[in-house]
Amino acid sequence: MSTPAIAVENVTVHYGEVLALDSASLSLEHSRICGLVGMNGSGKSTLFKVIMGMVKPDSGKVLINGQPPVKMRKDAGIGYVPQSEDVDWAFPLSVRDVVMMGRYGHLGFTRRPHKVDRDAVEHALERVELIEYADRQIGQLSGGQKKRAFVARGIAQGATMMLLDEPFAGVDKRSEATITRLLRELADNGATILISTHDLHALPQLCDEAVLLMRKVLMHGSPDTVLQPENLAMAFGLDVMNRG
Amino acid sequence: MEFLLEPLSYDFMVRALATTAIAAVVCAVLSCWLVLIGWSLMGDAVSHAVLPGVVIAYIVGAPFALGALVFALIAVTLIGVVRNTSRVKEDAAIGIVFTSLFALGLVLISVTPSQTDLNHIIFGNLLGVSVPDLIQVVVLGVVAFAILILKRRDLTLYAFDPTHAHAIGLSPRRLGALLLGLLALTSVVALQTVGVVLVVAMLIIPGATAYLLTDRFSRMLVIAPVISVVCSVAGIYLSYYLDTASGAMVVLTQGVVFAVVYLFSPRQGLIGTRLAKARRKRAVAAV
Repeated sequence: MSTPAIAVENVTVHYGEVLALDSASLSLEHSRICGLVGMNGSGKSTLFKVIMGMVKPDSGKVLINGQPPVKMRKDAGIGYVPQSEDVDWAFPLSVRDVVMMGRYGHLGFTRRPHKVDRDAVEHALERVELIEYADRQIGQLSGGQKKRAFVARGIAQGATMMLLDEPFAGVDKRSEATITRLLRELADNGATILISTHDLHALPQLCDEAVLLMRKVLMHGSPDTVLQPENLAMAFGLDVMNRG
Repeated sequence: MEFLLEPLSYDFMVRALATTAIAAVVCAVLSCWLVLIGWSLMGDAVSHAVLPGVVIAYIVGAPFALGALVFALIAVTLIGVVRNTSRVKEDAAIGIVFTSLFALGLVLISVTPSQTDLNHIIFGNLLGVSVPDLIQVVVLGVVAFAILILKRRDLTLYAFDPTHAHAIGLSPRRLGALLLGLLALTSVVALQTVGVVLVVAMLIIPGATAYLLTDRFSRMLVIAPVISVVCSVAGIYLSYYLDTASGAMVVLTQGVVFAVVYLFSPRQGLIGTRLAKARRKRAVAAV
């Protein structure tokens, strides 16, 4: 059996007294798109942070391609698309500036970009269909365009693993379709993609597999299986699909 | 012309202008990051908290910058400790730590016999800048400026998205520490000019003013120092002719320019945006 892209083994994380992850385990193969489903406070963000090596687990371990996360970070292999609330949209940067930040891991001491970097940025902007918005300040994009800008950053970075935090919150249908198509292309080219989302309806079209998280991994399987009402009730304590 | 040249016939005025210009540039460049990260209060804190370090350095004959760096570090550590290990929130922790350290500095000044008046550290003594003072400002200013400019892309990434910085293998913690160290260094540079009390103005106003004028960080890095230098030089000339406190005059000029930009900036200004809208409306009506 090949080495999994992401292997989370019995990871427990506390923030002070609060238990954020309770012996969570998850294994994800290459070229797969996996949806991470759970309530607020279920540990989705913490799981991301553990995978990125930002939070050290109290116990258990994380391996990326069979190695500690720090190796993957040094190779600039992890692309991250933040939740909208975590971004300062008034920050005086253009779309192109933000996408260029994806290249920083490949650049030298002062991060001065070369032609190959500028080409990578233009190429990424074209792929997410934002080339005509490249010089806009990032706050002047629509919700969906904002997300695409950050996906473009991951593409310019050449990330072989993408972590997306609520990529469809406040996103129009066209952007959702574009992002879904792009993620599929990236996965087909070998990238491993982990998406935390509230949007349960989008899961079956988007994801190869889904994970139900409630501080521990309750379930890991095909989206259709995981999204069975009785399983969701287990994670959310109520019938989410019918509530809309 | 006479108006501009007359003050330059005094050596102390030339030194004052040179010191101010250097401090203005370094502070202004740093301020671009401080206002975007939301570290204005931190700038206030560190610039005050360095006072005991500067006084102790004076007593033992060490470089001011060294004492300042040590106490900046102590201040930041104490703020972190108070915040993380008690229910006191960060702004209160900052307020407690920096005022206490500042007070410690004042106490030390009051018991230190000195020939040069240490009170000048508090309000600045622009017109009394000596040649060694000027050399120190030049050296520290150039070092701080060079690091800021060379690492500007990393610092901007840190300010905008520390998570991404971490994900691509940079250390947000180290970049934050670098910025704090530069803040301490810059505080020492600006002490000479406007004194501890008003340093924070030079560390916030230029960046905030530039932020209202442009949507590009790279342009902020040019606009802020230009505004800052022009205001500072204008402030010194004004203080020369009006016979007012020079450091305070520099800050006052920066404040006035901020107010003008705040009102009339075409992008962000309170009145400027309305004027622009009215102009567009008239243009449409004319068609």
